[in-house]
Amino acid sequence: MKVLVTVKEVAEPDDDFAIEGTDIAEADLEYDLNEWDDYAVEAAVQLAEAGIADEVVAVTIGPERSEETIRMALAKGADRAVRVWDDAFEAGFADVAAKVTTFEAVVEAEEPDLILGGVQAADTGFGATGVALAERIGFEHAAVVNDLDIDADAGVAQVHRELEGGVEELTDVDLPAVLTVQTGLNEPRYASLRGIRQAQRKEIDATDLADLGLTADDVASALEITSMYEPESESDAEILEGDAGESAARLAEVLRDKGVSA
Amino acid sequence: MSDVLVVAEHRRGEIRDVSYEAITAGRELADARDGDLHLAVVSGDVEQFADDLNRKGVDAIHTVANGEEFDHNVYQASVERLLGETDAGAVVIPNSVNGLDYAPAVAEASDLPLVTDAVGFEYDDGMTVTREMYGSKVETTVDVTGDRFVLTVRGGEWAPAEGVGDAAVGAVDVDHPESGARVTGFEEVAGGDVDIADADVLVSVGRGIDEEENLEVVEELADALGATLSASRPIVDNGWLPKNRQVGQSGKVVTPDVYIAVGISGAVQHVAGMKGSDTIVAINTDPNAPIFDIADYGIVGDLFDVVPELVDEFA
Ligand SMILES: Cc1cc2nc3c(=O)[nH]c(=O)nc-3n(C[C@H](O)[C@H](O)[C@H](O)COP(=O)(O)OP(=O)(O)OC[C@H]3O[C@@H](n4cnc5c(N)ncnc54)[C@H](O)[C@@H]3O)c2cc1C
Repeated sequence: MKVLVTVKEVAEPDDDFAIEGTDIAEADLEYDLNEWDDYAVEAAVQLAEAGIADEVVAVTIGPERSEETIRMALAKGADRAVRVWDDAFEAGFADVAAKVTTFEAVVEAEEPDLILGGVQAADTGFGATGVALAERIGFEHAAVVNDLDIDADAGVAQVHRELEGGVEELTDVDLPAVLTVQTGLNEPRYASLRGIRQAQRKEIDATDLADLGLTADDVASALEITSMYEPESESDAEILEGDAGESAARLAEVLRDKGVSA
Repeated sequence: MSDVLVVAEHRRGEIRDVSYEAITAGRELADARDGDLHLAVVSGDVEQFADDLNRKGVDAIHTVANGEEFDHNVYQASVERLLGETDAGAVVIPNSVNGLDYAPAVAEASDLPLVTDAVGFEYDDGMTVTREMYGSKVETTVDVTGDRFVLTVRGGEWAPAEGVGDAAVGAVDVDHPESGARVTGFEEVAGGDVDIADADVLVSVGRGIDEEENLEVVEELADALGATLSASRPIVDNGWLPKNRQVGQSGKVVTPDVYIAVGISGAVQHVAGMKGSDTIVAINTDPNAPIFDIADYGIVGDLFDVVPELVDEFA
C-alpha cells in the first residue's frame, strides 16, 4: 500500500509583527511544519513500520524555502517528497479548488491507496483541502480523525472522528480514502540526527504546473484577500503593570477580592 | 439564485446551537441578496427538528428523513438536490466538525467557491467574508468571485434565531449513494478522577509551560489557590495531563468563578470552552495573544517569573 501525506509549511508571526498590504511582513514570519501535518506524517511512518505501507510519499505546494520543512517529513521517515510550485501561486491566495487541482495531478501520477493530511493549516485555518480532494478523485473520506486502525486485507480504515464535547464517532471507511488527522492521534517523533542526515540524500522532486500537465488557469482562485488588519480589541482587560513581583501582587489582590484563597 | 440554503445540525436527538446561529447568518445574507431563506434538516426525527427550527425569518424547511445520525453522503446528496430544486445559490453550513466533513465536498462537487470559518460577512454587489488568520492574530477580508458559494460560519459569532416562524415544511426524498464510510457507534471520552466543570477556580495551563517537568510550577499555584488544574489541548495531546482536564471545543465547557489561563494563546477552540467563566485572568508573554481579548485581567509577562511570585503571595 502506498501512502501519500500532504504537508504544508505554515507561517507563524513573531510576537511583534507588522502588516504589509494583505499579509504580515516577511521578516516577522517564521516557518514550520504544520502541527496537524506532523501527526499525519507520524501516522504514515507508523504504517510503514508496521509493514502495512510499502512507501510513504510527502507532497507539498510550496516555494523552494519549504524544502526545509518537507525535509522534516523525510527525516522522520517519509521515503521521498514531491514539491509543486509555480509563478501562478505567487500571484495570490490559492483557494481550496486550486490546491485540489494540483494535488489531483500528483495523485494521478502517484496512485496512492491512502492519503493523510492535517485537519487544518495553522496559518490559514481553512480545514477543507482533504475532504474536497477526496470528492474530486473519488476516494472515501473522514475528517478530524483522532484514532486510526488499518485493516489492509479488508481494505478498511477504522477511525474515530473527534466531535465536539468529548464525543467520538466510530466509522469504517473503505480504502482508498483521504483522512484528515487531528492532533493527539499519536506521538510525533523527533527527527533523529541519523534521520536528518539521511533526509539530505532523499529525493525532493520539484515540479511546476506544466510538469503536471496544468496551466495557471487551472489553479485560478475564486478568492482574493482584500485586507488584513489587527482586529480592534473589544476587550476591557485590565493589564496589571509592573515587574513580575508587582503584577503578581496586584493579581493576588484581585483574586482575594474574588474570594480566592486556599 | 439569490436564495440562501442553511443546513441545520443535530446530534443524538438534539439540535445543536450552531444551527440557530446559522439561521441568523443565513437570514442576514438572504436579506442582502433579496432572497428567501431555505433550511434543510437531514436525518433523525426531522418532523420534530423542523418544529424546533421553525424560527422567525425561515421561509421554507426541507426535511430529509434518511438515516438517524450524521452521514456525510446523505448530507451532501441532500444539499446538492436542494441546490438543484430551489433558487438557492448560497449555502450556509455550521463550521463544526461535521460541517467540515461534508461542506468541502459539496463545494467541490457543485463547483462552488468555499470560504470556511467566517466570523462575519458583507454582501453588497458581491460577497466579502471576514475571517481570521495566523491563529486569530489578524483578521482578513476575502472577496468571493461570483454569486454562488458555500460558506461555513463559526459558532458563537451570530445570535441564535428566535421567535416562532411560519415556514412551509416539505419532505424531500433523497437518493444517496451507497456509503463507503459507515458510522458504527459513538464513544464518550472517559470521565476520570475530577470533573473540572465542577471547580470554582481553575488554573489552566497551556503550551507556554514548555516541558512536562515544568508543570510543577502551575501545580504549586493550583495548590496555593485551592484551585483545580485544567489545560489546553497540546498539554493533553502530549500526555502530560489526562483527557478529562482539557478545556475547549473537543474537551470540557467550564464556567468557574475564576479562570486563570497560564501560557495559553486563546485559540478559538479553546475559548469555546471557557468564555463563560466569570472572571478570566491571562498570563502570557505575547501582548497580542488573543486570550487578552476575552480576559478581564492580564499580565504580560513570563509565567516562570510571575507564577512563583503569585504562589508566594498566597503562601
Ligand atoms: C477541531 C479542533 C478542535 C480543537 N479542540 C481544542 C480544545 O478542545 N481545547 C484546546 O485547548 N484546543 C483545541 N484545539 C487546538 C487549538 O486550535 C490550539 O492549537 C490550542 O488551543 C493551542 O493551545 P495553547 O494555547 O496551549 O498553545 P499555543 O497556541 O502554542 O500558545 C502558547 C502560548 O503561550 C505563550 N507563552 C509561551 N511561553 C510563555 C511563557 N514563558 N510565559 C507566558 N506565556 C508564554 C505564547 O505567547 C502563546 O500565546 C482544537 C483544534 C481543532 C482543529
